[in-house]
Amino acid sequence: MTATENAGTPPTDDAPVPDPNAVQITVNGVAHTARKGQLVIEAAADAGVYIPRFCYHERMTPVGKCRMCLVEADSGRGPAVTVSCMVPVMPDMKVETESPMAKRMQEGVLELLLANHPLDCPVCDKGGECPLQDQTMTHGPGESRFVEEKRHYEKPIPISDLVFLDRERCILCDRCTRFADEVAGDALIHFISRGNTTQVMTFPDEPFASYFSGNTVQICPVGALTAKPYRFKARPWDLEEIESTCTTCAVGCRTVVQSSRDELLRSQGVDSDPVNWGWMCDKGRFGFEAVRTERVTEPLVRTAHGLEPTGWNAALRSAVQLIEDGKLAAGPSAVAVIGGARGSNEDAFAWARLAHDVIDTPHVYAQMGDGLPVGMLAMPRATIDDTAAASTIVLLGPDLKEELPVLYLRVRDAVQKRRVRIVEFTPRESGLTSLAWKSAVYEPGGQVEAVRAALADPEIADQLAAGPVVVIAGRSNLAESSGATVQAVQTLLAGVPGATVLPAFRRGNVVGALQVGMRPRPGGLDTRGILQAAADGKIECLVLVGADPLADFPDTDLARRALAGARRIVSVDTHLSASAQHADVVLPAAAFGEKSGTTTNLEGRVTTLGRKVTAAGTSRPDWMIATAIARGLGTDLGFRSVDDVTDAIARMVDGYEGVTRDALADSADGVLSAPPATIAAIDPVEVEVPVRNSYDYRLVVTRKLYDAGVTVSNSPSLAHLAPGQRVHLHPLDVERVGVQPGADVRVSSSRSAAVMRVEADPTVLRGTAWIAFNQPGGNVGDLIDSTAIVTDVRIENL
Amino acid sequence: MSDTALEAGASASGSRHTVDPGRPEHPSGDDRFALVDTHLRRVHDAQDQLIETLHVAQDVFGFLSDDVLLYVARALRLPPSMVYGVATFYHLFTFEPPGEHTCTVCTGTACFVKGADDIVADVATAHGVHVGDTSADGRLTLRTARCLGSCGLAPVVVLDGVVHGHQSPSGALALLDGELGGVR
Ligand code: SF4
Ligand code: SF4
Ligand code: FES
Ligand code: FES
Repeated sequence: MTATENAGTPPTDDAPVPDPNAVQITVNGVAHTARKGQLVIEAAADAGVYIPRFCYHERMTPVGKCRMCLVEADSGRGPAVTVSCMVPVMPDMKVETESPMAKRMQEGVLELLLANHPLDCPVCDKGGECPLQDQTMTHGPGESRFVEEKRHYEKPIPISDLVFLDRERCILCDRCTRFADEVAGDALIHFISRGNTTQVMTFPDEPFASYFSGNTVQICPVGALTAKPYRFKARPWDLEEIESTCTTCAVGCRTVVQSSRDELLRSQGVDSDPVNWGWMCDKGRFGFEAVRTERVTEPLVRTAHGLEPTGWNAALRSAVQLIEDGKLAAGPSAVAVIGGARGSNEDAFAWARLAHDVIDTPHVYAQMGDGLPVGMLAMPRATIDDTAAASTIVLLGPDLKEELPVLYLRVRDAVQKRRVRIVEFTPRESGLTSLAWKSAVYEPGGQVEAVRAALADPEIADQLAAGPVVVIAGRSNLAESSGATVQAVQTLLAGVPGATVLPAFRRGNVVGALQVGMRPRPGGLDTRGILQAAADGKIECLVLVGADPLADFPDTDLARRALAGARRIVSVDTHLSASAQHADVVLPAAAFGEKSGTTTNLEGRVTTLGRKVTAAGTSRPDWMIATAIARGLGTDLGFRSVDDVTDAIARMVDGYEGVTRDALADSADGVLSAPPATIAAIDPVEVEVPVRNSYDYRLVVTRKLYDAGVTVSNSPSLAHLAPGQRVHLHPLDVERVGVQPGADVRVSSSRSAAVMRVEADPTVLRGTAWIAFNQPGGNVGDLIDSTAIVTDVRIENL
Repeated sequence: MSDTALEAGASASGSRHTVDPGRPEHPSGDDRFALVDTHLRRVHDAQDQLIETLHVAQDVFGFLSDDVLLYVARALRLPPSMVYGVATFYHLFTFEPPGEHTCTVCTGTACFVKGADDIVADVATAHGVHVGDTSADGRLTLRTARCLGSCGLAPVVVLDGVVHGHQSPSGALALLDGELGGVR
């Protein structure tokens, strides 16, 4: 128990009980109370003394590789040279970081490290923010005695499509290699050779193709690792920066966005303890490229010659007219609004007010038919930290490594360091399968049975009863309805009282959008319902707020019919997406880095978004567009600035009372929101899964990190990383089809047929076929019938 | 960059926690892999047997090709990058096919003092081969080593695994002539 925990107990006359975890030390002569087991380097930092370091990193196991952190420490047996990143504090230890002995050691280490360092700082991207440069200035010897020829290597060699390695600059600190193995689990780089020729390297012809490779560039203490998107783009002293939150997925990693001359150039992870620990995935880190690529810069209005640029006034008038005409034609509920998950809470709130209060339609939804019902948010909620601290994590959702990458890192860490056990239910092997304690691979529709079987297994039941259980629940297969997964989650919660749920919703601010109001009122339709109504000709005006049903809605055919059937379409978007091309009016929206506001991650944590560059062309934030349309329709929403909207959310949205601007400014890690009470729990679901004909394969469609979506396809560094569309079958099923792996096969469903390459993949369950969603040139969406419980396909030799 | 590379890396490191995926026959059909398998079975696929396994593989194949390294990595469920790192750390592992004969000259302290450098230079000139390389005709590989632990015999030359002590440049050349049947 620490002193602070004692604060609540009533005062007594007794002397305070000494804290058993306290260790008294002195740092440079000043007394300091450290914690038992704390490393000297950390204790000194708490005491305000920074010990120079290269290899030590708070989020990784210390290895004592660089010796830069040598100090003089005396724990009663006389002063001794001590590696402060490896040695824990001891009672009455005297630590000297600036004594003549400590200084001599620091100078010696730096002289050694610099002996082979090329000192090409003037052309090095790290120059100006380089720990080696900085520490040489503060702790270095000033002169080198090394007069021999330095070691030479070929200047930067690519070790992956994104990362370059300059071996001359490397000081062999083991940060990148440790990160790859220990944190990311992609041990694709390692030290090779020995002595003077030791170097970081991959296995021959096996590149460092990790989703997390950008982190190694960020933590490399020298300029040895550089990332393609930023190489030679700027010098650190020219960069301006602002803290923000990545909205590429719903993990909401904290980041600092950096720009020069009004252009986004780099994102770096910020260490937020409850969320990302400083890490980012490569899609979130490098996806900023899309902000400056192929943007819609002016409003577009459809004329006889197609979409033509026009001014804002004219475009807003047209948008208002389209909505009014839609209402006039068949009443307010003939207007529907889809989207809002890509923007900020403010964007979503303003659009929700416009849709619900001004247009007065019940048909509003932020999800794209690829998630779980909004009622999932009403389940007892877990945070990411709760998940990592649980004794069992039940995975009933997407492959976290592909869809919520940094959550994958947190779960991985919990398994490796805390021995949390994973019980996984998945339609095919996932990135976490190899770490799972139990992994049940089920045939789509079979998850309820799989959960029941697990609950009946005494060993698993004991484990689930042993301590806190967190269920990570999400949509793992786009080719089946969400029903079976919801029922499986309900079955699990009924069997494990006290279990909490971390909603694995995917899109950047989808939880925020749903919570602040982008959800149907009673009687309103969800996105599938809206698209179906549009296809049936019942939607007079469809408003797409950063929504692209043609790319994101699993059932492409329905999306296509909906866009054809909707009489009028208004699109608000950053890029001219496939769906926006069908619109009558396209209003250009400001993108990430171009607007401020707040966002809500999947656990409900609200953090701030920073604005660093001017919005492309004349584009505006979505909330401003919503406010202008409302005004055109005769209502003043009362929003003059984004702060007005933030304040209105805190005032009006149930669950956001504590999320004030003051609270956000006070807390670096954001403020937790709660789901509004008006989100009703889901009634018990009971799905009847049809039996599979033994000639058919049950379709599994999941997302890969890199796809044909707006972010990846508009980021030149990432676009070519999308793996492409193939159908993966179990090797025995490939044989059964009678083809060689790599051959083209015909895949047909009740909807349509497509020809694609077949791969033999032992991670796929027999009788199922796995295809990645929304890949460049892909068309798997054509095969999916969103009205069916599951989709079965036939696979034939051409 | 192939997706499979990523997955191989991921599962190679992750699968340390799962059961052995089994060791199918090597696709090349090269039955020398069976000899490596015999060793692997004897050591129960233990990861700490990596170095021994690499020795066996090198004995069997004469050198460690990428293919052999990958095979060992998969069998021991270790990341290929790490196996490569370990193999390149040790002097005795070689990644190129050796020549018909291998001559290793010790250049450790004792042998150095006793003139090992002259032996190296003379052999290199006479057979047209650089240290660490194989002669163009593929007949002789010349290597050096740091102390073979037989300093009493310095300078030491090892020819095809046989240790010859108290060597001189001319003695070593004569030795090679005997084995190789004369210089070209
Ligand atoms: S490349 Fe950078 S991070 Fe990796 S070992 Fe070298 S100095 Fe350290
Ligand atoms: S995990 Fe999600 S929030 Fe984090 S960097 Fe990647 S895309 Fe962004
Ligand atoms: S920081 Fe302690 S040895 Fe590198
Ligand atoms: S130095 Fe050659 S054997 Fe010891």
